[in-house]
Amino acid sequence: MKDVIEGRVWVLGADVDTDQIISGKHLTIIDPNELKKHVFEIALPEFATEAREGDIIVADENFACGSSREHAPQAMRAIGVGAVVADSFARIFYRNAINLGIPTIEARGVRKIFEKGDTARIEMRAGRITNLRTGSYVTFPPLPPHLLELLEAGGLVEKVRTELARRKAAAGAA
Amino acid sequence: MNGPHGHGMTMAEKILARAGGLDHVVPGQIVEGNVDLAMMHEQGAQTVLPFHQMGAETVWDPDRVVIAIDHWVPASTEGAAILHRILRKFAAETHLPHFYDVGNHGICHQILAENGWVVPGDLAVGTDSHTNMLGAMGAVAAGIGPTEMAAVLALGQLWLKVPPTLQIRVRGRFGRGVTAKDLILRILGEVKTTGATYKAVEFTGPTIEALSMPERFTICNMTTEMGAKAGMVAPDETTFDYLRPIAKHSMHPLRSDADAAYERVIDIDVDGMPPMVACPYSPDNVRPLPDVVREHVKVDQVFLGSCTNARIEDLREGAAMMKGNKVAPGVRFIVSPASTKIYAQCLAEGIIEVFTNAGAVFTNSSCSACFGGNMGILAPDEVCASSSNRNFPGRMGAKEARIYLLSPAATVAAAIRGELTDPRDLM
Repeated sequence: MKDVIEGRVWVLGADVDTDQIISGKHLTIIDPNELKKHVFEIALPEFATEAREGDIIVADENFACGSSREHAPQAMRAIGVGAVVADSFARIFYRNAINLGIPTIEARGVRKIFEKGDTARIEMRAGRITNLRTGSYVTFPPLPPHLLELLEAGGLVEKVRTELARRKAAAGAA
Repeated sequence: MNGPHGHGMTMAEKILARAGGLDHVVPGQIVEGNVDLAMMHEQGAQTVLPFHQMGAETVWDPDRVVIAIDHWVPASTEGAAILHRILRKFAAETHLPHFYDVGNHGICHQILAENGWVVPGDLAVGTDSHTNMLGAMGAVAAGIGPTEMAAVLALGQLWLKVPPTLQIRVRGRFGRGVTAKDLILRILGEVKTTGATYKAVEFTGPTIEALSMPERFTICNMTTEMGAKAGMVAPDETTFDYLRPIAKHSMHPLRSDADAAYERVIDIDVDGMPPMVACPYSPDNVRPLPDVVREHVKVDQVFLGSCTNARIEDLREGAAMMKGNKVAPGVRFIVSPASTKIYAQCLAEGIIEVFTNAGAVFTNSSCSACFGGNMGILAPDEVCASSSNRNFPGRMGAKEARIYLLSPAATVAAAIRGELTDPRDLM
């Protein structure tokens, strides 16, 4: 995980639920490269074709509320989204995104300081998000250590792989 | 029991303390919790790859894992068939015996409930957001994603931040035609979709204590729509009576201390409360149904189903209203029981006959029309009256379709009249 993340911004409103990110009719798709063609089909239809690697999603309150579908962050990861920032998140999406290694940041007031196409600069450890076009910024409490650890490991798969290998080695040595 | 902060613990705190092997926890604390029950539906197919990528070979405790397919049963697309096959293969390879497959199927949360898979004191997780429903057993039951589930299957644990608890105290008696669904809709109207984000919601008070288990399932189910990590009701004789014949493992009933600290307390009095409705496009856009009825909202489709409201009690009540009536011309009425067991009960009690003769479509058990990916899909600008739990844009098909969330009785009333109707007018 980079400490400073910069990228072009896409903005979304409040209560964008997971149906508006990946709708129910696409839930049998499990290939992330196929899923990414349908991401934000309802909320932001041009995103799937126009988004570039490193782009940053800035949303208002309660982003990705609704279902537990990991298809939503999977599709964002497949596109190469650099970070997801919102005034607030629904809890399952927040966990899912961090588990997949996507920098996911809750920052009060962040939606208001950005417009589509602005460039955001996120300082993960300092806890600051700046609009490089306007200079305005908001601060956020840096992620707790266990979540930073998870992101640094590259996500939950990597973290558990290390843990299982450690247990195996310990069992072998005993 | 007083902790370092000089007050007792809430039920959610006690359950997470138990799961983490700790005497005391406080909100905000991170707990590595031992999982009592892990449930997967079709989304579990996405658990298999990360499970193998983690280097895991065996599941921590196959007797604590339930697989219940429900979104596309029987498989309605090739994609769904592949998800089912992935799960069957995984279950065979990792020796998971508790697979509720086609013919023995039902909506995953109902399968957990009616087979006693979640009991008081449990920490349960499932790959569906409405896992909260099982908190009605006096448990912490939360939805997680499939990668996280892979870690749970490998380790039997997951981290949880101890949530602060929102207490909702309910008093008063439901009037005729007013149900637990109307209560949870009204609460959503007050608490809103973010009012309980990351929090535990504990329902207390005389009205809650008088609720049956199915009614408690309905209210805990929709704490998901408030953003809650868990929705729960303290275990009591109603809980024990329900679970005693079916509990799959031992109960550890835990209740909030009298001096537990709640983040917020909300008082609700249901005396005189009318039936409620959540209007498009949010479950918290709640109004008294009689106000909306005056606007003559015509419906194209009616859905009586979902994990929120498709238990035998809901379908009996619906059938009693349907008997002697017909589905209004031009209206499609879909009725989908929450499990195969409930389907069989409906068959034995003549409920299928009542709905079918009235012109409804009585389907096999599944999530059905609720999620817009299987059947009962809405075209642009169509209107649906539904007993389910979400009405965000695109939930049941076209993003321009409009969904009204109602009690089972109010959905049947809409099917009979062809427009939103106060069920009390037909009782």
